[in-house]
Amino acid sequence: MTDAMIRLEQVTKRYHDTVAVNELDLAVNPGELCMLIGPSGSGKTTTMRMINRLIEPSSGRIFLDGDDVTHVDPVQLRRRIGYVIQQVGLFPHLTIGDNVGTVPRLLGWDRARIRARTKELLELVGLDPDVYLRRYPAELSGGQRQRAGVARALAADPPVLLMDEPFGAIDPITRERLQGEFLRLQHDLHKTVVFVTHDIDEAVRLGDRIAVLAEGGRLEQYDTPAKILGSPATGFVADFVGADRGLRRLTVTAVDRADVETPPVVHVADAVADARQVMDGAGAKWAVVVDGEEHLRGWIGRDRADGEGTVGDRAHRMEAWVPLGATLKQAFSEMLQHDAGWVAVLDGERFVGVLTPESLHTALRRSVDDEAGVAVEESPLRQ
Amino acid sequence: MARHPLATGGPGVSLPGQTISWLADGNNWRGVNGILDLTVDHLEVTGLSMLIAAAVALPLGIGIGHRRRGGRVITVVANAGRAIPPLALIIILASEPSFGVNTRTAVAALSVFAIPPMLINAFTGVRNVDVDALDAARGLGMNGPQLLARVEIPLALPLLATGVRIALLQTFATATIASFAGTRTLGTIIQINQATNQEQAVLAGALVIAIEALLLDVVLAWIQGAVKPGPRTRRRWGEGRPALDSVVAVSVSEAA
Repeated sequence: MTDAMIRLEQVTKRYHDTVAVNELDLAVNPGELCMLIGPSGSGKTTTMRMINRLIEPSSGRIFLDGDDVTHVDPVQLRRRIGYVIQQVGLFPHLTIGDNVGTVPRLLGWDRARIRARTKELLELVGLDPDVYLRRYPAELSGGQRQRAGVARALAADPPVLLMDEPFGAIDPITRERLQGEFLRLQHDLHKTVVFVTHDIDEAVRLGDRIAVLAEGGRLEQYDTPAKILGSPATGFVADFVGADRGLRRLTVTAVDRADVETPPVVHVADAVADARQVMDGAGAKWAVVVDGEEHLRGWIGRDRADGEGTVGDRAHRMEAWVPLGATLKQAFSEMLQHDAGWVAVLDGERFVGVLTPESLHTALRRSVDDEAGVAVEESPLRQ
Repeated sequence: MARHPLATGGPGVSLPGQTISWLADGNNWRGVNGILDLTVDHLEVTGLSMLIAAAVALPLGIGIGHRRRGGRVITVVANAGRAIPPLALIIILASEPSFGVNTRTAVAALSVFAIPPMLINAFTGVRNVDVDALDAARGLGMNGPQLLARVEIPLALPLLATGVRIALLQTFATATIASFAGTRTLGTIIQINQATNQEQAVLAGALVIAIEALLLDVVLAWIQGAVKPGPRTRRRWGEGRPALDSVVAVSVSEAA
């Protein structure tokens, strides 16, 4: 893997007799979000801090965009790498504007450029520059401080970001919002990110790949969230991702065309009697109603399909729907939210099919089997 | 045998009355040994001693704080400095031929006493800078000098300023006895008049020194408040104001 943005080769860190990181090989591709996860003492933070040489490895080599980091000036190296920590570490004596402009000032940008960049970044992370530019860190909430910390790390547009539990000290609701915002940001910016966390849900939600580290800095598995959840490589990984990993899989498995069921479909303009015939023919209690362009118009129940008129007169609105490619979790929550027995799946506006609890289950099993290549003894949903 | 300068029972007028009339006499303010002239000398000796002490204590304290090692040395040096009585050091230095009875000896002794508060506060101020701010600063690519100039010293400034203020007040007060080393300070008023049993003048001299010290503290507190970094709106009343201020405030309002 010569095109990896960050590459660790046989990296070891020893402190006296204890081994913090043990012969670690890890490659992170450009634009990839790599989550380092593991229990305390697994060396995940040590690993991250060796990349910008805040900690020097005992042995092994680390490459950043092809350069061996041990051969470059650590100060210059760090200015090419964004750095965000849990406690944020904003400078309390400087305004938010001056905090965000730290690295550009170190790089000797002129004032106008720094000012423009600072404003741009504050807007990017959702802090109104007119309000926050001149505020001090003590005047901000925890979530706002963390946004400012991310803005500061992005200031000189570094290709690489190191983040050490950046959302760890923030309340769950704000954390979830910040995670969502960070994903959107990353979608636009395509930074190569090494993100340390101890929260498996966060790792699954944000990561393109997850590196699971065990005590003593041993890499147990390095794979996509779906594979980490679907086929843990070792007992350690299985324990770490938890017994409810089946549920977590819902958040990483997308609704596929092959998963959906196709119930009887009737047109808005059809006569009610024809619709009844279709349902009876299929032995169904309901049918999906679409219009001439196959857009979803609702559903009709067998018990209301009596008498004259068209299907359109008798149809119910259908609010439980998800787009193709949504996660199984979204499909499930739509179902629960609307207290529906099924959810419609749409491709754009076109009706594709429906998901029922049974087909959701099947979809989940399929994704586990596909990824793992092995049969799963037990239904993840019943674990 | 000279009478104790503060002994009561002078002829006629009471001691406080005599003291006030001594202070009211303009002749005691003007001239070579007048209060104004001696105040200038006093401030000169204080300022010179402070400059020398600061030149030693601040770089040393900041440097050791930056390296985050050697805290014990600081404590030992500072405690040793505090253990020696100022008068004893002045007399020892004055009796040493290479120093002798002169201003240089007084300044040397005062500098020694001004070092500990500044040394300890500079060290503590830099040493106690928030580790997360330091970690972030390093991670963002600051080198050692930048770390000092942009993060450590600014954040240590409140403690550093307090150290300078304590040292300055202490030096100002101790400069009184520096007159024993043969230099002219406000202590000269006390020394001369004690020799001639002018107890009202001795008391007046002591009062002048005390009041000037309090005024100096007020000025320093004001400066300290004005240069304090960070959000102005969040400064609460009472921050950076020692108990001494309120004492001064009371005495000033009574005097008015």
